[in-house]
Amino acid sequence: MGLSSAFSSPILVPRTREGLQIVAKGNKKKKTAGLQGSTGGMAFERPIEEIEAQIAELESLSLSTRLDISGEIEALKARLRETIDRTYTELSAWERVTVARHPKRPVAADYVAGICDDFFELHGDRAFGDDQAMMTGFATIEGRRILLVAHRKGRTTKERLECNFGCAHPEGYRKALRKMRLAEKFGLPIVCMINTPGAYPGIGAEERGQAMAIAENILAMFSIRVPIVAIVIGEGGSGGALGIGVGDRVLMMEHAYYSVISPEGCAAILWKDGERSPDAAEALRLTSKDLLGLGVVDEIVTEPLGGAHRAPSVAMAEVKRVLLRHLDELATFPVDTLLARRHEKYRRISHIEGRFPASPLSKREGDSGEDGPPGGPRRSAPGAESDSTLTSQLESAEGNPG
Amino acid sequence: MAKQPKDPKDEAKQDAEAPEEGAEPRREGRLSRLRFSKKKDMPGGLWLKCESCSEVIFRKELEEKGRVCPSCGFHFTVPGRERIAMLIDEGTWEELHTDLTAIDRLGFVDSSPYADKIERAMKRTGQSEALLCGSGRILGREVVVAILDFGFMGGSMGEVVGEKIALAAETAARDGKPLIIFTSSGGARMHEGILSLMQMAKTCAALDTLNQSGGFSICVMTHPTTGGVTASFASVTDLILAEPGALIGFAGPRVIATTLKQELPPGFQRAEFLLEKGMLDAIVARSEMRETLAKLIDYAQGPPSEVVPTPPRAERDVPATH
Ligand SMILES: [Zn+2]
Repeated sequence: MGLSSAFSSPILVPRTREGLQIVAKGNKKKKTAGLQGSTGGMAFERPIEEIEAQIAELESLSLSTRLDISGEIEALKARLRETIDRTYTELSAWERVTVARHPKRPVAADYVAGICDDFFELHGDRAFGDDQAMMTGFATIEGRRILLVAHRKGRTTKERLECNFGCAHPEGYRKALRKMRLAEKFGLPIVCMINTPGAYPGIGAEERGQAMAIAENILAMFSIRVPIVAIVIGEGGSGGALGIGVGDRVLMMEHAYYSVISPEGCAAILWKDGERSPDAAEALRLTSKDLLGLGVVDEIVTEPLGGAHRAPSVAMAEVKRVLLRHLDELATFPVDTLLARRHEKYRRISHIEGRFPASPLSKREGDSGEDGPPGGPRRSAPGAESDSTLTSQLESAEGNPG
Repeated sequence: MAKQPKDPKDEAKQDAEAPEEGAEPRREGRLSRLRFSKKKDMPGGLWLKCESCSEVIFRKELEEKGRVCPSCGFHFTVPGRERIAMLIDEGTWEELHTDLTAIDRLGFVDSSPYADKIERAMKRTGQSEALLCGSGRILGREVVVAILDFGFMGGSMGEVVGEKIALAAETAARDGKPLIIFTSSGGARMHEGILSLMQMAKTCAALDTLNQSGGFSICVMTHPTTGGVTASFASVTDLILAEPGALIGFAGPRVIATTLKQELPPGFQRAEFLLEKGMLDAIVARSEMRETLAKLIDYAQGPPSEVVPTPPRAERDVPATH
C-alpha cells in the first residue's frame, strides 16, 4: 500500500482529516497505471532508463580503466536525447497523466524556492483551520510583488500525507479567498498554481460545505480587482482545480492535465472498470494541447525535453518567464477592462461562433468594449447569425474534437 | 445507511447509459427515475415501493401529491415539466431557448457514442436538453425560471445547460426579474470533458453579472443535487432553499463511502444535515413552495403592486458584459 495505489483511486484519498487509514478504491492490480520504481513506474520510460544505465556504466568504465570511450558515450547521449524526444512527443493522454503526477515533478514548494526571491506564508482561514493542501502567501518574483495561491502536494511521503496529496478541504478554499481579498486590497496581482487530484471528498469536507466553498471562490474571482494568472503545473483535478482557477490568463504546462474528472473516476463510472483509465484519459481530452485547441487555456508553457521532472530548474525558469510576461501585460490594463474581459472570457469560453444566441445583455452594434492594449483574449461580438449559419456550424462542429 | 439512495453520479451515468428507447427502467420503485409518459404503460404497474420508507404506494396517489410519499413525506425527484406545472401560474409560462442542443465536440465514446446518448435522451424526454428555462409568474410575481431535469442524462451540466443558466441569469438582469433555479443533477457531464467543467465558471460569471445589476436569485436544491452543479451556480444564489430529504453534496455518498471504506452517518448529505451545518437558508416543503417563493420575492423587491417596472438596461448603470 503505497503511493501507487493511492494514485489509482478515482478520487485520491490517501488519508482523511478524520484520521482514517490510507485506502484506495479497488484492489485489482493495475497493469497500466501506477507510480512504482525510479521512473515513477512509467513503462514508456524504460528504453530511456536503459540508455541512461548504459551511459553510466560506460562513464564509470572510462574512469576506472582510463580507456577513451568518449565517442561511444557521446553517441549514446545523442541516442538518449533522440529517444526522449520521440517518447515524449508520442505520449498518450494517459502517459501524460502519469508524467503530471511524477513524484519528482516540481511542486509549489519548489517554485517558491526556485523562482521567488521572497516568500512570506500566510496561514489559515480565520474560521476553521489552516489547510495544508492550500498554500498562500506574499511572494516576490523578479521584483514583482504578488500573492501566490497554490495547491500543496509535498515532496516527501510525510509532507504528502500532511497535505492530503493536494486535496484541499473547504477551509483551504476559504483561506485562498481570504488572501485573494487581501491581495485585492493591497493591489497585488495573484498567481494561482494548480496541482490537485481534486477537492477532498470526505465527511468533514461535506460538513463544512466543500461545494459551497468552491462555488464561492469561483464567483468571487470574477470580481477581484487585481490581475489573476492561473497555471496548471501538474494535475488540474476538476472543481478542486477551478476553485482557484478563474483567471485573466490560464496557462498550462506542457505535460500537465486538466479534467472534469480523474481518468480513474471516469473509467470507473462510464466503463465500470478502473483498468480502462487510459481509454478514459484519451476520451476526456485532458492534455495541454487539447485544452489549447478548445480555447480553455491561453498558453502552453513548454517543458524541457523529457518533462519537468528531468530538469526542474529549466522548467521553473520557463514558468517564471511566461508568468512575468503575462503579469506585466495585465498590469497595463485598466481594472474595469480587466474585469469585463475576465467575465467575457468565461462567458464565451470555447464558444463556437453562432451556436448560442446573443446574450440578452449584449451591447448593440458599434459598441466597442475594447479599450485596453492588445494581447488580451480576442472575441468577436456574438449574435446576428442566421439560422442557416447556425445549422452549418453545428454540422461542421459535429464530431470535431476541437 | 439503508435509506441512502444510490450515488446520483452513478444514477446520472445510468441515465446516460439509458435503457434502450422505450425499455423499462431496470428496477421498480425507483420513483425518481420513472417517467410518466402517456405513450407507454407506466412501468412497474400501479403500485410502487418508496425508496425512502419502503412503503408500497399507489402511483396515482403519489402523482396527485406532487410526488411526495404519502407515508413518509419523502420528496421524490420531479420531472422538469411537472415542476413548471406545479410552480408557474397557468398560462404564463414562456419557454426560452428550446432549440439549443448538445453537440459531441470531443467525439466521446464509452459504451456508445455520446452523440447517440444525446439523441436517446432527447427522444425519451421530448426535450432538447436537461435544462428548461423561461419566464412566467409565481402567484402573480414575474420571474425567470431555470429547472434542471434529472431525467435528461441525470440533469448533468454540459455546454447547453451552462449556457442556458447564463442566458436565464442575463434575462433576469435585463428584465429586472428574480431568477429562480431548481436543481436536480449528478454534476458535470463527463462526456463533454473540460467544457463541462468550464460551465461552472460560466454560470458563476453570469450570476455575478446578475448580482451586479442589482438583481437577485434563489436556488431550490431538490433530490439529488451533487457535483459540479452544487459546486457552482446552485450555491451562489442570494437564497438557497432545499426540499426536505434532498441529497445535496459535492462528492456523491457512494464515492465517499468507497473511498473512506466507512459507513456514512445517518442523514449525511441530506437537506436537514446541510441546514444544521449552516449551508441552507431554509428547507421548504413542496406543498409550500409557491407561497414561500412569492413571499421571499416580496421581501426582496416588494409585493407585485409596489414593484416599479425596471427601466431598460441601457439607462441603468450595469457593469458591461459585452
Ligand atoms: Zn416513503
